[in-house]
Amino acid sequence: MTSGTRRTGLEKIMKTVLLISALASVLIVLLIFVFTLKEAMPAFREIGVWKMLSGTTWRPGNGEFGILAMIAGSGLVTLGAIIIGVPLALGTAVFLSEIAPEWIVRVVRPSIELLAGIPSVVYGLFGMVIIVPLVRMIPAPGNAGFGLLSASIVLAVMVLPTIANISEFAIRSVPRGYKEGSLALGATKWETISRVMIPAARPGIISAVVLGLGRALGETIAMIMVIGNSVILPTAMTDNPLSIFLSRARTLTGNIAVEISYATGVHESALFATGVVLFILIMLVNSSARFLLKKGAQ
Amino acid sequence: MGVTDFGTLRFLEREKMKSNLIGIITLAGMTLLGACGEQATADGTEAVEEVEISVVGSTTVQPLAELLSEAYEAIHPNVLVTISGGGSSVGVKSAAEQTADIGMASREIKDSEIQDCPEIVIHTIARDGIAIVANPDLDINGLTMEQARDIFAGEITDWSEVGGSAGMIIVAAREEGSGTRSAFEDLVMDESLISETAILQPSNGAIRTTVATTPGCIAFISFGYLDDSTKPVAIDGALPTPENVNAGTYPVVRPLNMVTYGEPTGAVAQWLQFIVGEDGQAIVAAEGYLPI
Repeated sequence: MTSGTRRTGLEKIMKTVLLISALASVLIVLLIFVFTLKEAMPAFREIGVWKMLSGTTWRPGNGEFGILAMIAGSGLVTLGAIIIGVPLALGTAVFLSEIAPEWIVRVVRPSIELLAGIPSVVYGLFGMVIIVPLVRMIPAPGNAGFGLLSASIVLAVMVLPTIANISEFAIRSVPRGYKEGSLALGATKWETISRVMIPAARPGIISAVVLGLGRALGETIAMIMVIGNSVILPTAMTDNPLSIFLSRARTLTGNIAVEISYATGVHESALFATGVVLFILIMLVNSSARFLLKKGAQ
Repeated sequence: MGVTDFGTLRFLEREKMKSNLIGIITLAGMTLLGACGEQATADGTEAVEEVEISVVGSTTVQPLAELLSEAYEAIHPNVLVTISGGGSSVGVKSAAEQTADIGMASREIKDSEIQDCPEIVIHTIARDGIAIVANPDLDINGLTMEQARDIFAGEITDWSEVGGSAGMIIVAAREEGSGTRSAFEDLVMDESLISETAILQPSNGAIRTTVATTPGCIAFISFGYLDDSTKPVAIDGALPTPENVNAGTYPVVRPLNMVTYGEPTGAVAQWLQFIVGEDGQAIVAAEGYLPI
């Protein structure tokens, strides 16, 4: 009897403790958003939300605070990273889950995990000293190596572990019966992978890509070091539209990190406003991941 | 070139969390100092009043101010100088609003700042030259002031236009708000604006790496960061050296200032006197800056 009461008492306490821990993270997210928004309000009020979002000139000294160039910079560099990184990561995932013998998996997987553990400033240094000079060899007027392409390559390597790990898990989670059934019907190994395994693992792969997208949008230090940080709307440098990736740019995160140490007044507030825009963008990306996951599951 | 060269790291240092931590450490240190002081009185020695001087502002002046405070605290153990960064504008503002005893600024004080607070008093503690540096592979040795201005404004885009062999000019510069940038804008750019397509890097160190590794690249850095990895460019025939600054031939020189609200008194005045005095100026010269 007494032990029963004690047990229910402990149950109740633990329940409350766990509830508080769960609420803490919600509260923290909420607090960060509210605080950032509060600091950003003076800028939104003085400059105007639309004028900020659509303005292409950022000269805080002259009171011009347009962040469209930074939104484009963040968007393009993320797109570039996904274009380069997703095939690489997906190839790695398929290889590890379906093709590689056990001993290769035991070598490759820890190295991918190691890739995830390298600090981003080291990626930036690597990009600045190795990638930037390589990109500079592409003949195009105005190409200095610093720009979207270098940043996309560095970023692609940085999101590779996230996308590869989750995709591999998703492919491994496909029921054995699917694969056996496909092979029993006479499909080749490649047909089984491309027509059965990957489509079946699609929801997991999509959420892997979206998580990588979120990581790419938030990356800061490595980007500052290789992207050039010029506040310009990226444009193609030659007749080839792909040369837009040779253009220098600035990301939303880079804008905050580069300027916050000197900013005061409206300038500081405008940087917080940049943070709010980034926050909303990442929220959109994450909720679209949920939506796609749900849709895929149905 | 080291990882610590990058201003992004300096940004992290300045996060508010860290300054809180510094506050706590300072507080702990002060308590400790207080305890020592009491002991001294018990021993019968004369009790000296503890004084704290708060200094805020330019990150260019900050390392110099730290050395000057260490040297001063060694002679005057009762004085505690707390120094934090934030940039020149923050420095002037903090002094004007009296949230700090001294504000640091690595540029001339703007007319608008004096208008906002006519009570501020400017104390120049040293001078610092800003050098134009180019990639070491370039065959260019000197520019005129006009040429330099047009290059940084993006109007001259090829080295052949200024007497070098043909090749695209790549301009690198500091970010908006940097004291080095605004001093360069005042001293060289006049009414022109630095080109929007310039590569921007958030610290002197990152700029130096960019210039050293990018062919055709030109930028400006503080004298303290000059080394063999980049090529100093003469302006109007004068190379960026302390000798040429003293001779008055090198034109791009900015003052490093300390700003106070009204004429300083007490410990603040004594510390400033120490800085402009013989011992202080010796430290200034040893650190590669120019004494006043």
